Order: sequence, then C-alpha cells, then structure tokens
Amino acid sequence: MGAEVVAFYLFALSTITGGLFTVLSRNPVHSVLWLILSFLSSAGLFILLGAEFVAMLLIIVYVGAVAVLFLFVVMMLDVDFASLKAEMAQYLPLGLLIVVVLLMELAMGLAVWVPADGAEAVRAAPTPTDLHNTAALGLLLYDQYFLLFQLAGLILLVAMIGAIVLTIRHRKDIKRQDILAQIYRDPDKSMSLKNVKPGQGL
Amino acid sequence: MITLEHYLTVAAVLFVIGIFGLFLNRKNVIILLMSIELMLLSVNINLVAFSSFMNDLVGQVFTLFVLTVAAAEAAIGLAILVSFFRNRGTIAVEDVNVMKG
Repeated sequence: MGAEVVAFYLFALSTITGGLFTVLSRNPVHSVLWLILSFLSSAGLFILLGAEFVAMLLIIVYVGAVAVLFLFVVMMLDVDFASLKAEMAQYLPLGLLIVVVLLMELAMGLAVWVPADGAEAVRAAPTPTDLHNTAALGLLLYDQYFLLFQLAGLILLVAMIGAIVLTIRHRKDIKRQDILAQIYRDPDKSMSLKNVKPGQGL
Repeated sequence: MITLEHYLTVAAVLFVIGIFGLFLNRKNVIILLMSIELMLLSVNINLVAFSSFMNDLVGQVFTLFVLTVAAAEAAIGLAILVSFFRNRGTIAVEDVNVMKG
C-alpha cells in the first residue's frame, strides 16, 4: 500500500468524520470546528488530486473566512442552542430514511457510470503538462474565463455591500462626526473678533 | 490504486451527510447553513476529481466559482441571521413567520 493510498483514506475518513460531527454535535462551536476539519482534509484530497491552487484557496477562503465568520456569528448570538437541539431525535428516522434512499440512488448511478466515448476529445482545456497547476489555472482564468472571473468579483462585491447594509445599525444615542457639516461651516459665522475695552465687559 | 470512483464516493457520502444535516437540525439556521456548505464542498470534490482524472482544467475553474458563490452565500445568510436575531431575539426556523408565507 503506497503512501498516496494511505493519505487518501486518511483524508477521506477525516473529511467524512468532520462532516458527520458538524451535523451531529450538540454545541454549534464544536460544529464549526468539525467543519474546519472537514475543509482542511478535503484540501488534502485536492492536493492528492494535483489541484494545489484550489486546495490553498479552500484553506484561505473556507477556513480563513467562511468558517471564522460562522464562528463569530455562533459566538455573537446569545441563543439557547440546547433547546434548538431538543427535537433532534424526532427527525432522526425520516432523516435516516432519506439518507438511505439517496445513498442507494447515488450508488446505483455510480455503479453503471462510464465515461462517454470520445469524452477525451471534447475537453474544453486539456491540462498542460509543462506548467504547474497554479500557472495553468491562471492562464485559463485570465484568458478564456475572464468575464466569469470579473462577474465572480462582482458577486463578492454585492455580497459585501449586502452584508454591510443588512447588519449596519445607526445608533441615535451616540455623537458622531458630521464631516459635511464641518466642511460647509462658514468661518465668518463661527468666529468674530471683539474689541474689548479695558474695564468693561462685553 | 485510488480511482475516480473513490473520490466520487467520498463526495457522495459528504453530500448525503449535508442533506442529513438539513433534516436533523431543522430549527437551527446556523447548522443548516453549515450543511449547505458541506454539500457545496462535496460538489467541489466532484468537480476537482473529474478535472484531475479527465485532465481537463475547466473543472478547477468551476470550483473557483462555486467557492465564490458559497462564500457570498455564507456572508449574506449570516448577515440576514444577525439582523433577524436583533429584531426577534431568536433564530429558530419556526419563528421565522413575519411574512406569513
């Protein structure tokens, strides 16, 4: 058994274990941590597949951003998670039934699946052999898929603006700097020179 | 020897676990969102596995876009969750009935 096989089974097992305990664990913080384990080990699977760039991206985007966002929200919301979990046993039978049915369907689909004749001939972008993964992906992404790449950036921009708009809160009870009021302030009205005579008040 | 089918099996199991999570945690929106992330991850595993075994790089390009959409979806979903929690003080799915849908 080669090292690659051992690594595959290790990563596959921890991916699935992480996924399972994400769903099952009682504490949502533990759920997020199991989710991070699942992401990390699937990044390992991607490296085994030779997709290093996507693997690193998975670690940076999923573990570094998405999972941490989940962690923030779980810790920020003061929710009694135990009461939310209370009725888990009630949904277990239906859930298991659906799981068995879906697994059987997927197994049936997988068992009879073979690549189509001539599938090799209709590849959109055959992997170049003389370039490493990141360079090849960059050449493809910035050339053929440039519009989609820009649109992906636009989606992220819209998501960012949407998240800010949804969560921003204008509080009335605190004083803020009003920059426009400062800019439009008339110096003539704000300050005047008074010649105070000695011995007299204003 | 690790074949394409091995990776497809892992992805299928992960996808089904995601669906299982949707059924099991009907009340907790956060775990529901995490289940959706798991399902998207399994789709990514499928795409990268096919891309690697068929020697076609487009699968990995698509993985990037799936990743983008997943990140955007998580951000928006959690933002909605936070603003909902501020207004109602709960995140239980059955209490989400403001629109009487």
